[in-house]
Amino acid sequence: MSNALQRYPNIAALHQALSSRQLSATELAQDCLRKIELHAGLNAFVHIDADLTLAQAREADNLLATGRGSLLTGLPIAHKDVFVTQGWRSTAGSNMLKQYTSPFDATVVHNLRAAGCVTLGKLNCDEFAMGSGNKHSAFGPTHNPWDTSAVPGGSSGASAAAVAAKLVIAATGTDTGGSVRQPAALCGVTGIKPTYGAVSRYGMIAYGSSLDQAGPLASSALDLVDLLDVMSGFDNKDSTSAEHCKGVPNAPGRIRDEFNEADKSFHSNATQPLKGLRIGVPREFFGEGLSSEVAQAIEEALKQFEKLGAKRVDISLPRTALSIPAYYVIAPAEASSNLSRYDGVRYGHRSASYSDLEDMSARSRAEGFGSEVKRRILIGTYVLSHGYYDAYYLQAQRLRRMIVDDFQAALTQHCDVIMGPVTPTVAQPIDHNQNDPTADWLADIYTLGLNLAGLPGMSIPCGFGTGASGKPLPIGLQVIGNYFDEGRLLAVAHQFQQVTDWHQRVAGQA
Amino acid sequence: MALTDQEVARIARLARLHLNPEQLTQAQTDLNKILGIIETLQSVDTQGVEPLAHPLASVSDVHLRLRDDVVTEISSTERRDALMANAPGASKGLFLVPKVLE
Repeated sequence: MSNALQRYPNIAALHQALSSRQLSATELAQDCLRKIELHAGLNAFVHIDADLTLAQAREADNLLATGRGSLLTGLPIAHKDVFVTQGWRSTAGSNMLKQYTSPFDATVVHNLRAAGCVTLGKLNCDEFAMGSGNKHSAFGPTHNPWDTSAVPGGSSGASAAAVAAKLVIAATGTDTGGSVRQPAALCGVTGIKPTYGAVSRYGMIAYGSSLDQAGPLASSALDLVDLLDVMSGFDNKDSTSAEHCKGVPNAPGRIRDEFNEADKSFHSNATQPLKGLRIGVPREFFGEGLSSEVAQAIEEALKQFEKLGAKRVDISLPRTALSIPAYYVIAPAEASSNLSRYDGVRYGHRSASYSDLEDMSARSRAEGFGSEVKRRILIGTYVLSHGYYDAYYLQAQRLRRMIVDDFQAALTQHCDVIMGPVTPTVAQPIDHNQNDPTADWLADIYTLGLNLAGLPGMSIPCGFGTGASGKPLPIGLQVIGNYFDEGRLLAVAHQFQQVTDWHQRVAGQA
Repeated sequence: MALTDQEVARIARLARLHLNPEQLTQAQTDLNKILGIIETLQSVDTQGVEPLAHPLASVSDVHLRLRDDVVTEISSTERRDALMANAPGASKGLFLVPKVLE
């Protein structure tokens, strides 16, 4: 029964095997647990509890045996460790929460559980989702399955690595500045960051609340439809949860319906399914810093879309470079505020020695947080402090509006979707930029604008480059849509994946 | 404009992060480097542009919902204990902190 996920590599095949009882959910969970053990060197999982997993698998088997299973019943998934879970520890990759166990499940966790998914455990990530290489975790770095000397990306690095290594069929991630799309690109998997408000943030350990959105990672756009459809939905427990999306209630079924509708319309033209689709290609995404191999892979992907009938339109997002300073003011400001809750009193690490209440908090925080988190708290505290608030924080928020306006001008006047690279290069070695903590920030240039604007975006595999060690490493194409266009975006990506096989390549077998 | 060591110490105090002299020096280097990145904001003419806090607020009418101020969960000692189980110091339903009043 080994390598079930290689034999049944997508949700449809796995569901077929499970519902016809060729494979039981328990056997499948055991198979995944073995494979996780075998790939322990990737350091993808931070907490596994086989008893909890197998209990969920037995429940799934009961449902499947009586014909009450749904499409996702019995599917092995895992959660980024910023989603709180009952049973499994919830650490956000931090020593601050090393022992934390949540009294409740995050809404995303609850929704996937209710749909029948079986949780394999919790996935490593950059501490409090701050980082883009999974290097800033209290539990050590996660390795890229394509080349273990390279990063898997971040902050949802282990989510992408676990899917790429076929340890699980899918994983949850969160995206504050690219943290779903960038690791998906660097590990050769498909990931989507939905529109801000589409998925509930309840139970997602907060980083930058006006930017944070949860999204799934899997091996194809088709699988993401099934996952995102049940993950999303209005949630009264999140004050920024969207009640309606383009006039349609934010509820399961919305994304699937939109996907089906778009997919059906594409089918009406057999040879050129994407006829009429205008793809905006922002010239600012192809400037200095973009490696030639990434540029070439993106170019090839765009040609493929043209073959499918789409029309390429040159567009400008003039403030692309300014999204870096805007993001690195707004996100740290929100982080410094969000992370003030870790005071060593109600939960989290408490220092062993202190003189008074304030000293207890200050020492607990200094010991519990890692260096990247402390840097962002400090800069966030500074830009919110008296005398600097206007110059930095409000200025960044004004720029944020201008960035939103740039995207809207493009998406309402010139194109239907925007495409470009996700990252300037393939995955870097784990020790890259070790002495310059902010150098990695600059590589986020293509992903940050989307979070500032709250728009949905995907990464889909579109080729390979060569890593520092000489091994092939995946390249991702970013596909950006207008607000609440998730279903249509996934349908566009699905067209590409029907005529390419980049998403089917398996790490170690490229 | 570079941050002085006193300014960095003040920021660390505001952030409730206890940093030793060596860490403060490192933080000063890091923060000044970061300021180098974010300073470019100042070059943008944003006159007349309203700050945007919620990403969808420029394209739709966004309002933050407030819940009714009513009890929504049944309270019990067990529930309270479960919610306090992660506290580093707790006793009889209270969070314990160092003495604040002599």
